[in-house]
Amino acid sequence: MEALEIARWQFGITTVYHFLMVPLTIGLGLVVAVMQTLWYRTGKDHYLRMTKFWGKLFLINFIMGVATGLVQEFQFGLAWSEYSRFVGDVFGAPLAMEALLAFFVESTFLGLWIFGWQRLPKVLHLGALWAAVVASVFSAYFIIVANSWMQHPVGVELVDGRARMVDAWAVFTNNTALVAFTHTIFGALAVAGGFLLGIAWYHLWKRRRDGLDTVDGDGKVVVGTDTFGSRGVIDHQVWLRSARIGAVVALISFAGTAVSGDLQAKLMFEQQPMKMAAAEAACHDGTGFSVLSVGNLGSQDCDDIVAVFEVPGLLSFLANGDFTTEVKGVNTLLPEYKEQYGQTLPDDPMYGERAGMSIDYLPVMEVTYWGFRIMIGFGALAAFAALVALWILRKGTVPESRWLMRLAVFGILAPFGANSAGWIFTEMGRQPFVVAPNPDPSGIDGVFMFTAAAVSPGVSLAELVFSLVALTLVYAVLLVVEVKLLFTYVRGGVASAMPELAARHDDDSSSRGKDDDDVLSFAY
Amino acid sequence: MTELLPTIWFILISVLWTGFLFLEGFDLGVGMLMKLFARTDRERRVLLNTVGPVWDGNEVWLVTAVGATLAAFPLWYASLLSTLYLPFILVLLALIFRAVAFEYRGKMNSDQWRRRWDLAIFLGSFTAAAGIGAALALTTSGLPLNENGDRVGGPFVWVTFDAFLGAAAVVLFCLAHALAFLVLKTDGPIRERARKLLIRLLPLAVVPLLLWAATVHLAGGTVWTGLILAVAVAAAAASWFAEWSSHDGWGFIWLGAALAASLACIFGSAYPVVLPSTLSDAFNLTVENASSSPYTLGLMSIVAAVGVPLVLAYQGWTYWVFRKRVTEKSIPDAHSVSPL
Repeated sequence: MEALEIARWQFGITTVYHFLMVPLTIGLGLVVAVMQTLWYRTGKDHYLRMTKFWGKLFLINFIMGVATGLVQEFQFGLAWSEYSRFVGDVFGAPLAMEALLAFFVESTFLGLWIFGWQRLPKVLHLGALWAAVVASVFSAYFIIVANSWMQHPVGVELVDGRARMVDAWAVFTNNTALVAFTHTIFGALAVAGGFLLGIAWYHLWKRRRDGLDTVDGDGKVVVGTDTFGSRGVIDHQVWLRSARIGAVVALISFAGTAVSGDLQAKLMFEQQPMKMAAAEAACHDGTGFSVLSVGNLGSQDCDDIVAVFEVPGLLSFLANGDFTTEVKGVNTLLPEYKEQYGQTLPDDPMYGERAGMSIDYLPVMEVTYWGFRIMIGFGALAAFAALVALWILRKGTVPESRWLMRLAVFGILAPFGANSAGWIFTEMGRQPFVVAPNPDPSGIDGVFMFTAAAVSPGVSLAELVFSLVALTLVYAVLLVVEVKLLFTYVRGGVASAMPELAARHDDDSSSRGKDDDDVLSFAY
Repeated sequence: MTELLPTIWFILISVLWTGFLFLEGFDLGVGMLMKLFARTDRERRVLLNTVGPVWDGNEVWLVTAVGATLAAFPLWYASLLSTLYLPFILVLLALIFRAVAFEYRGKMNSDQWRRRWDLAIFLGSFTAAAGIGAALALTTSGLPLNENGDRVGGPFVWVTFDAFLGAAAVVLFCLAHALAFLVLKTDGPIRERARKLLIRLLPLAVVPLLLWAATVHLAGGTVWTGLILAVAVAAAAASWFAEWSSHDGWGFIWLGAALAASLACIFGSAYPVVLPSTLSDAFNLTVENASSSPYTLGLMSIVAAVGVPLVLAYQGWTYWVFRKRVTEKSIPDAHSVSPL
């Protein structure tokens, strides 16, 4: 392997990993803010408990997003210095704005929220959470603007071989960015929906297994009336409402991702036709959407691939809104790309040893084809499960079935998988370009960059291998720790986030007076 | 105006680094003191909770300094980070562990769990302070860059006296600054111990910082940077005197002023070079040849003019909200999370 491959693996691993935490932060943050708002307006105990419990899980996850996000701000300069030089003028602006206008708000106000219970007036405390959550959405917008510029460069001209911003409005209202941002936010909400549903399902199931809740002849829940400390009637409310909110959020966000994803596909068809063809493993021009294609997708020899089952006209619909437009296949596009962007990498020192090597314009089709389908498949599966769950929950609890509970908990992973697969598809489908040229008139055709030219020339293979191994190991260890903590806090129920509930239960609690003004209501 | 933009942005990035070292300076120092100063678990929790609500906001100053460098001086960003590849990777790993440790340390009630995260906080804070100090020193003293701004030489060519000086300057400053912060933010025995230690440590702790400023000043400074350096020395002395006479607030402020003046001297002496090449002056990165276009700098200036005062306002408010001193009495008992 050479430096370029290592650098790409490193970017891929660190970014996909970072984006495991980000959608949960954004989605769950919005949901928790709504819960606290409901508590603020109604004063009902179950909303407070929901805020505290889901808020605790939100924080356990949030910090991992922050920590891994730091790497993102640095790594364009670390391993991709040529890229930074080429695009810094336009690409740096949204990144710097993200830090200054969004991330600052997010970090500062979340600190206020975590430590501000009982120290801030209730309305300000709620406002602090909303500020942090809205900032996280803005944060996503700025980052998507930067990423979308790589998919569809706009608002620049080339000066001395570097992209220079000439129209900020075009950059910040890039149509690619607007639909990708919408798609990403709904994708984040889908993650939160599944997360709520799976965990709340587990607790409803556990309440039944522990004999707290039973069902009557109609299958309707009978909530235990004894006092159970932290697990009384309110506890049942917490989980039932959480499960219902989760299912509804999952359904809404699936509809949102479907509509925005459709718009994205239509833009992609215009802006990056090769990505669309590779998503379909479509060698020849056609109109059908492949449900299953066989053959050696990795052979890079397109003629091996046979679509076993196609939905006629669907591809044209995805790409163009009708059922008859022929979508260009790989065999048509390859000669076009070669003619426009060259057969070989230019004989320029910026390409180092790779200068003069032939360019493979076809992305890795196993990844694009399956990435596209896993995204859609997992997304749809999660939404279908949410629909079924909503129906089952109409009687106020869940069945005693253990495997159904396990399915609900495992189902949490589906939207995560859909998010990761979607991003891997988008980024791998852009190859061999890091900044994709755009054949459509709204893009700037002359501004593009091959990934091969983007890597830092001065950084040695050994350094890259070291950092790849170190970051991957550290991330793996921290993922285990995070998941372990999440499991512990989930198992502990609401009391894990509200120790005062457990304390009330065993009356000889030693904890010093909660009314004592000197004792912090929350402390590390 | 247009021709002034790169200079304005150089000043702004200097301000961001100063803000970062001033604010994160004390929480990095508190992180190191978790091992070096605190004796019991409750003391460690006192230390942790003095910075608990604010450390994350402080760290964004670093993210913003780096992001602003990419936006305003892409060539500086590209050359500095790729040339100092290993130190920055270590800084990132350190900051990752430290951030997670702050949040996770209290989430399980076990001594082993706490000990591990304490070590992460200590090592993370130390490595981050040292690495950033070295990087800032090297961006003023120079790196072996070719005409494209890429490193000539191996992964360790940056290991020089200047790197050690910068690392020592930031680590020691952070320790002193953290002690001054603890004197302000705690009460009782911890506070007294912190003050005593600070009075002994401070004269030594500012030496590398002032020495770094002096070397950069001697290499390329003017009368003005010389005056600022004198201000830095005077501020450090005033800080010591204030601590000695129990004027805690002034002690903290004067120490911060010593940092700000030192950095002003350092960045002022380096100007207009942002990253010198030790191979040839012709390859130096300067505010002119490393900067973004006037259009981008103008846009970012508007953003900064709105954003920076806002940040100062709401971060200032945060410090006001959490102004109360943290003592051993204010720390609630650790609680265990057990399955239902």
